[in-house]
Amino acid sequence: MPVVKADLAACQGYANCVVGAADYFDLDDDGIVVLLKTEVPEAERARVVEAARSCPVSALIVED
Amino acid sequence: MDTVTVIVGSSIGGVRTAQSLRLEGYEGRIVLVGEEEELPYDKPPLSKSVLAGTATEASICLLNRDQAEESGIELELGHPAIGIDIAGNLLQRQGREALHFDNLVIATGASARPSPWGHRSGIHVLRTLGDGRSLRADLAKGGQLAVVGAGFIGAEAAATARALGLEVTVVDPLPIPMSRIFNAEVGQWFGDLHRSNGVTTIFGTGVEAIDGEQGSFTLRLTNGQNLEAATVLVGIGAVPNDAWISSSGLLVDNGLVLDEYCRAVDAAHIYGVGDVARWRHQKYGEDMRIEHWTNAVEQAACVAYNITHPENPRAYTPVEYVWSDQHDWKIQVVGRVGGKAEHAIIGHPEVHGRFAALYTVDGTNLSGAAIVNWPKALLACRRGMGAGITVQELRQKLEPMLTPQPLRTS
Ligand SMILES: Cc1cc2nc3c(=O)[nH]c(=O)nc-3n(C[C@H](O)[C@H](O)[C@H](O)COP(=O)(O)OP(=O)(O)OC[C@H]3O[C@@H](n4cnc5c(N)ncnc54)[C@H](O)[C@@H]3O)c2cc1C
Ligand code: SF4
Repeated sequence: MPVVKADLAACQGYANCVVGAADYFDLDDDGIVVLLKTEVPEAERARVVEAARSCPVSALIVED
Repeated sequence: MDTVTVIVGSSIGGVRTAQSLRLEGYEGRIVLVGEEEELPYDKPPLSKSVLAGTATEASICLLNRDQAEESGIELELGHPAIGIDIAGNLLQRQGREALHFDNLVIATGASARPSPWGHRSGIHVLRTLGDGRSLRADLAKGGQLAVVGAGFIGAEAAATARALGLEVTVVDPLPIPMSRIFNAEVGQWFGDLHRSNGVTTIFGTGVEAIDGEQGSFTLRLTNGQNLEAATVLVGIGAVPNDAWISSSGLLVDNGLVLDEYCRAVDAAHIYGVGDVARWRHQKYGEDMRIEHWTNAVEQAACVAYNITHPENPRAYTPVEYVWSDQHDWKIQVVGRVGGKAEHAIIGHPEVHGRFAALYTVDGTNLSGAAIVNWPKALLACRRGMGAGITVQELRQKLEPMLTPQPLRTS
């Protein structure tokens, strides 16, 4: 199953990902992304990839 | 025969439309046409990390040739589109044969508003990678930088140049910076931010003329003052790249005019995305054009969806969002702020190191927010906007989070 990965050092807390897929992404108190789950069922792929791509600093990728 | 989607404009809006089409399972050909020779690149770092030299040009590439090939995106760079034959479904290009399309996506963005005080070397605008290179080269020579315009790009470039050790002066005809976007109190804090970081500000004053040459310019200001500068950056806004479209018969009015599904009002197989697009926002009941990164990305996804689902297209109704990095402030603006909207301010930059200005158009419900250095508040606002939260509810949620922590000032 595809998995989503986050580059915590790159994350700037813009929260675009959280707005795109709140069931996958959240922010911690310092404004760094938290992955709520990492495995992406094929049916949700488009939505999660779209949310990951909305990150302005490319901190998120969905890998096969 | 394969259907063909031609996308004009090889920046974030165009690239993301192409990628989102593939994500939606589009199987036809995708041709990405761009005026610039450069591979597609991202613009926000041009006034931030790339100008500072902390990020490389390579790091802002949006789509390299391998990635394009992998996704089946045909790159046609270096030749601008010059017109559209709507009846014949042809995109005309300079120096290249016309391209047939079944769907056309217009994502030609905007250009920096040109300097009204001449274009000679040493007088810069900042929009393209080329602009960024030449500004960076001039900053490296040292000397005073004069920035005309205290909007997002001018303010960011001023902050970056200051961090590089240059002496920087920002001139703006508005007495309070950003007061077109925010209210006076918040705008004032932006002025304070610049000054406390060593930027000289001359606000409420315009530029009459720029005399002299690179290395020794004199800006003659409307208050009679003269300002010396080695380099000048003119950051006075952007204008949509729509002139090439209007000759083809599509309706253009400060941007390409689109319906709520981002289709040209007079040709349903032609779409618009990003800075060039003026579409009807169904929820606001207004035509809008937004010059921000997140809008280009979200609109690209919507247009890709609508091209692949023509029978049940999705109306595009985003909540506006923009960020800006200036000195040690991370500024984020959501929804509709300023203007006549009432506001409540939570936190103070000097006491808490963070604040949120909450705006309401109807006096009760949150319509927008300007947030500095406070990610949790940003998230609460972005979520609350979707769910219809009131300013009062949000205030009760945010106020307990505040603890005094003075802002570092350098
Ligand atoms: C220095 C800078 C900093 C920024 N910082 C931020 C920020 O912090 N946050 C934020 O939200 N936004 C920021 N922005 C705004 C953001 O970058 C833009 O909203 C975004 O680039 C819009 O994307 P676009 O694809 O619609 O248009 P553009 O990026 O303008 O791209 C349009 C493309 O179309 C091409 N083109 C134009 N005419 C033709 C033609 N006739 N034929 C073929 N190609 C053509 C152009 O060459 C260009 O490649 C910044 C912009 C700049 C310049
Ligand atoms: S969009 Fe990117 S920068 Fe923003 S919170 Fe998510 S991962 Fe971090």
